Amino acid sequence: MLALLVFLPILAVLAILLGAPARLTAVSASVANLALGLFAAFSWKCSCWSLSLPVLEKPALHLAFGFPDGMSVIMVLLTVIVTLAAVLSGKAPEGREKLYFGSSLLISGGALGAFAATDLFFFYAFHELALIPTFLMIGMLGRGDRKEAAWKITIYLGLGSIILLAGLVWLANLTGTYDIAGMIAAKGSVDPAAQKSIAALLLVGFGTLVSLFPFHSWAAPAYASAPAPVAMLHAGVLKKFGLYGLLRIAIPLVPEGLNAWIIPLLVLLLGNILWVGYVTISQKRLDTMLGNSSVMHMGYIFLAIAALIAFPENPLARPAAVLLMFAHGVSIALLFGLADRIERTTGSLDLSDLGGLAKSAPKLAFVFGIAAMASIGLPGLANFSGEVLVFLAAFKSYDATAGLGPVQIACILSIWGVVISAVYMLRAYRKIFQGPSVKSTEFAADLTLADRIPAVLLVLALFAVGLYPNLLLNLLK
Amino acid sequence: MPAYYLEALTVTLGLVLLIAEAFVSTKSKAWVGIAAAVGLGGVLVLTCIAIGPDAKPDSAWAKWPLWNFYQFDSLARFYKTFALVCTILVILLSIDYRKILARFTDHPGSENGTGEYYALPVFACVGMMLLASAKDLAGAFVALELVTVTFYVMVAYMRRNVGSLEAGVKYLILGALSTGFLVYGIAWVYGATGTMSLSNLQPSISNLQSPTALLFGIALVMVGLGFKIGAVPMQVWIPDVYQGAPTPTTAFLSVGSKAAGFILMIRFLEPFLASDMTRGPVLKLLAILSIATLLFGNLAAIPQTNFKRLLAYSSIAHAGFLLLALASGAPETGSSLGSSQVVSFYLATYLIMTLGVFFVLAQVRIQRDGENITDFNGLGKTNPLLALALTVLLAALAGVPLTAGFIGKFFVFSLAMEAKLWAGVGVAFIAAAAGFYYYLNVVRAMWWADPGDRAAITLPAISKVCIALLTVATLVLGIWPQPILALLK
Repeated sequence: MLALLVFLPILAVLAILLGAPARLTAVSASVANLALGLFAAFSWKCSCWSLSLPVLEKPALHLAFGFPDGMSVIMVLLTVIVTLAAVLSGKAPEGREKLYFGSSLLISGGALGAFAATDLFFFYAFHELALIPTFLMIGMLGRGDRKEAAWKITIYLGLGSIILLAGLVWLANLTGTYDIAGMIAAKGSVDPAAQKSIAALLLVGFGTLVSLFPFHSWAAPAYASAPAPVAMLHAGVLKKFGLYGLLRIAIPLVPEGLNAWIIPLLVLLLGNILWVGYVTISQKRLDTMLGNSSVMHMGYIFLAIAALIAFPENPLARPAAVLLMFAHGVSIALLFGLADRIERTTGSLDLSDLGGLAKSAPKLAFVFGIAAMASIGLPGLANFSGEVLVFLAAFKSYDATAGLGPVQIACILSIWGVVISAVYMLRAYRKIFQGPSVKSTEFAADLTLADRIPAVLLVLALFAVGLYPNLLLNLLK
Repeated sequence: MPAYYLEALTVTLGLVLLIAEAFVSTKSKAWVGIAAAVGLGGVLVLTCIAIGPDAKPDSAWAKWPLWNFYQFDSLARFYKTFALVCTILVILLSIDYRKILARFTDHPGSENGTGEYYALPVFACVGMMLLASAKDLAGAFVALELVTVTFYVMVAYMRRNVGSLEAGVKYLILGALSTGFLVYGIAWVYGATGTMSLSNLQPSISNLQSPTALLFGIALVMVGLGFKIGAVPMQVWIPDVYQGAPTPTTAFLSVGSKAAGFILMIRFLEPFLASDMTRGPVLKLLAILSIATLLFGNLAAIPQTNFKRLLAYSSIAHAGFLLLALASGAPETGSSLGSSQVVSFYLATYLIMTLGVFFVLAQVRIQRDGENITDFNGLGKTNPLLALALTVLLAALAGVPLTAGFIGKFFVFSLAMEAKLWAGVGVAFIAAAAGFYYYLNVVRAMWWADPGDRAAITLPAISKVCIALLTVATLVLGIWPQPILALLK
């Protein structure tokens, strides 16, 4: 069944290549996938979801999918929700519909495959499958400095993937199997000396994919020039692969190795939150600002991961990380979708060119406001529950007699990030939507019904998880 | 059917074609190529039913002394199939390439004097098939020379093209030099052990008091073989010769000639790797060769602007990965493949990807009259499907997952890690990262650059079918590599 979920988008791509109407096929495949994904969320414990086909005897590789725990279910849910929103909100340039929708579906299929795979080989391979259309789409259909941005993301993520591959193959070699559950069962064979090196490879590899400071400089230009569905899918979904990999593979297999790198990791994640946050404030365009803000918010998820590394029994850290991954994925996808909408109607994303858009497009202003509030972390929206859990998780291991540990110090510093994101988000909102109308915004079109469907879908997800986080947390029990 | 019929039939095919070509005067020589391809296809079918002496020990032919020089095991069958498939594809490529060929031979524009170009690969193919069955150093040497001498002619075939002539001279001189090393090395090995037969080598090694003379001989032979496979420091000829030679010859050199070198290397090193006295130094030599080759091939490929020259460096780079697999010296075990199987698998995927790329390159050369990376500009706009196919093939060469190229590299990395060749693994990862850059550079030109006034390419039927087949094979084998591994059993 899970294989169907993964291969449905890929089959839809084939259908589009063979001449099926691109947008219609993409939308119907995504709707079907959303239904399947929701169904999976209720019945994921059923073994009917897993599948394992032998691909190779030596070494034993299986095309295997399954839900080892609720984390995969949540990531699959995130993917199907964002995919539907992405194919609904994108507007393909004339004559390039096949490429546009086909690539979006391929990214979605790759992400689903990576989140659902229970075999290390396909876990890695599906992620790469999703990267190639990302690169091509940015280079071909992007805006502005598209070639520069696309080449940069290609090189960064290509190198990151290869470093990651080194770590993964090493691990598989030590444990003697490619089955992820089997690897975790055999984790005793990963000796301490190897742990430290493998942990470094995995941190840099996964970290580059998640735009961990200082390997983040690909992200903002790429997102700024990417077509809307690619930005939504990559920032919202595919980027979470790195975090998912750290939680699924690195932490269970090389806990001591990671612990040796905890101080550097904390410094780097503070780089994400404070340094990139500072950079975000100074952005003059909405798209680069959103790109940088998405890099910045990765810092909080890394903080949850660091809390888990420092204190492996931490009951809060894993739910915190997963919840925030979901929340950030939905909110950043919504923001990128709306930014594209603003550019289409006003012709500019330069903050100084915009103003007073709320008068001509009140619905757009309202939805953007919700998304901005979510991104800041307003209570009632999903990001709030995620961020609060992260901060609580960081203090879970706090021992009053011993004083503040490194994780707690990092947490205290990173709370400043909330202020930073409030500054840039509210400033952007004021510049775009308030004040007197300018020429470009005077007659701007508001959200049409077709625009509202994806927006409402994502807003609903934000509210549902924000008001009742147990919706997701119950899956993790 | 006894296996030696395969070579006999192929030689006969080549001779018949040569004679027929001389006596039948037609304007187009395409029929020679088609006849050669069909004939080799027939031999390919027969390869499936060929048997060695072990299968029928009672028959008269099984007792012939021929079997002292010639063996037929699963590896031999695999490499014979490999040689045949490679030659068929190269001949098909030549058929579509004959316009360029005709321009630079006797009478510009007419196809007179291009007929041999289709018969020569058949002879090279015989050489490769014999190498696959090599059991004796003298026999192997003769077979290798058959391959090399044929290539001397094919490299310089475009007689009125300065580049092709220059390539021919360079290949001839350096080829002769390497042959000298090879013969000298074989003489030392013979002198040290008293036998030329690979199967008798191992017992005589254990009788040696000091392996110095033998190791010297092995090193010399490796120099000679390094020339064939393009290993540093014997790679100097590759970029110039690849760039100057006619494109089908380049394709044949980079796949067929390299595979021939590797099968001989596998056969030659087998007894030395089995003996404790020589195993250590030989593996060390292989590791050094592989590291140097990986570094040179990949780093020198980065600044290339000519696509054909880039493929030359890429062929050096892949030789480095193959050598790394050999340097692991792993025997086959219950849970993992052995070095020779990994090398064979890698070569098979390399054949599919590289020949696919050469088919596209040949058409770009013919229709856009250039071989630079910029000549691929905007191919994504003018020929989206062709560009998609080339993207898949180049991604496979770079080792992107879910393509055949990734599985090959994956095996190599696993073997090298198993053997704890950390320096090799580290360099190989740097090499793979560099490969990612220079292959995708071409992809970038295809999809992101503007075509300018470059027209769309119309693919001839043969090229169209071959490119489609090879691309699909690259993808299918990337997910399901079993078919090639089954051939290796």
